[in-house]
Amino acid sequence: MTPAGPEAPLLRIGALTKKFGGFVALDNISVEIPLGQRFGLIGPNGSGKTTLIHCISGAFRTEPGTVVFAGEDITPLAPHMRTRRGIARSFQIPRPFKSMTVAENLKVALDFATVAGDFTSVAERSDSVMSILTRMGLASKANVSTTKLSQVELRKMELARALATRPKLLISDEAMAGLSSSEVDEVLDLLLSLAGQDITIIMIEHIMQAVMRFSQRVMCLDAGKIIAIGAPDEVMANPRVQEAYLGT
Amino acid sequence: MNRSSLPFWIGVSVFLLAAALMTQLISNEYPFFAIYGILQFVVLAVAWSILGGYAGYVNFGTSAFFGVGVYTAVFLSKALGAPLAAQIAAAAIVGAFLGFAVGLITLRMQGIFFSIATIALTIIIETTVTNWRFVGGAAGVQLQRPPVLPLFNSYVAMLFFVQAMLVVVAIAVARYIQISWIGRGLQALKDDELAAECTGVPTLRLKVMACVISGALMCAAGAPAAMYLQYADPSSAFNLNYSVSVLAMSLIGGTSHWSGPVIGAVLLGTTQQLLTVTISSEVNVLVLGVMLVLFVVAAPEGIIGLIRRARGARAGGEA
Repeated sequence: MTPAGPEAPLLRIGALTKKFGGFVALDNISVEIPLGQRFGLIGPNGSGKTTLIHCISGAFRTEPGTVVFAGEDITPLAPHMRTRRGIARSFQIPRPFKSMTVAENLKVALDFATVAGDFTSVAERSDSVMSILTRMGLASKANVSTTKLSQVELRKMELARALATRPKLLISDEAMAGLSSSEVDEVLDLLLSLAGQDITIIMIEHIMQAVMRFSQRVMCLDAGKIIAIGAPDEVMANPRVQEAYLGT
Repeated sequence: MNRSSLPFWIGVSVFLLAAALMTQLISNEYPFFAIYGILQFVVLAVAWSILGGYAGYVNFGTSAFFGVGVYTAVFLSKALGAPLAAQIAAAAIVGAFLGFAVGLITLRMQGIFFSIATIALTIIIETTVTNWRFVGGAAGVQLQRPPVLPLFNSYVAMLFFVQAMLVVVAIAVARYIQISWIGRGLQALKDDELAAECTGVPTLRLKVMACVISGALMCAAGAPAAMYLQYADPSSAFNLNYSVSVLAMSLIGGTSHWSGPVIGAVLLGTTQQLLTVTISSEVNVLVLGVMLVLFVVAAPEGIIGLIRRARGARAGGEA
């Protein structure tokens, strides 16, 4: 394997296939995502978007296929090892640690995902938690139980928790689903501001105007295969993408 | 030591001092005999809740670990005439290894499948011991107590004090786990295992660690039981009653705080003792069952949950 040079992609997925019994959920997917890119992942329901995310974050084992992150083959690694190397994600249906407060959710990330020695004192840890929460607009909710959060607050909490792991790559799995249009803009602005801070972001989304506004590059999956990849306009104009989405 | 730990250590010292004083002032053996049983349940319940409470992995194998502790002591005293302290230390080590093996094999299973596997473990180990002639097989084995240390009036009083020290060790360990990063990790994986992994928590390693610590404490708690009864047989050492009682004590006390299983074990252990003496030993099983049902329905977070709710309501009322 070649060492990671400046032009090497942050994430390289090679010939990745995932089957559930006889059902092929992902069929020979190969894609490279360069450092700092805002990458949109679209496709109709059941096209394999979340399965691909599970394979990148390590929740699913790939068979066959490789996932190379920052020049290192991470295919055999468990999810927590991948998180420590810099891959963070949110979930399609929010999965907060529901017995904890918002701040405690983030402290889990600080305790386990960051390198020992990053934080020397308890005060430094709380500062770090509070600065992330402030950025996410959740500072007033720090000591509130996650069971009392609204939908948009839960989405932001998940992004905040992902951010607390200090990711190089952040995967947002439909963080805007079910939100009002003003809330969609709010979350989108947050993601754009994170992308401005050297975090590579993969965004899965059904809301097209959000995808168009956010992405520098878009990939469309259908039935486990890549049917289009490239600039957002080109992908949207692609007849196969329109067919997959509109069924015409 | 930080400030919040001070009341805990003062409490622990007072408890040990009171136990030591009791052994000097009371000459009747019965109180020691009765309280020993309760203390033993405190250690078992606190140990159980490290895996069953903090991590949410319900272990029905308490009796397996307890029985292995009993038989480690039996084996060492028969084969080598080892002293009590060596029996307990050895039982803790054996328990840690057993916890490690069980953890590696079974903790990949989630939820109810893990629980079923732990029941199977109890049966396998009990069958093995039943067929092991050296430690008495199915008929059990009689044991001769060695002379008691000169500090104590009777052997039972000494065992009582030893079990009191084990209580202190168990709650100190459980408390440390609860307030440290280990506790936070276990709580996270209890809430959501995949989310915990994706937040960097090494879930399998933490679960195995909890199983090792819990197993070591349970085996250590079982070791003095051989000398306490001067007799051991597989069907009572591996009695499923231990598993059920300990689970009920932890759940009734509440598992989100180390003091929950202590409260549960003291409450139920005392009730059981009273019922056994006054009515019959069969009734206490009935009472245990009824209390468990009541708590699961009315207070799923146990007594600790009730206390927290009452405090929350009071704080809310003042605000």
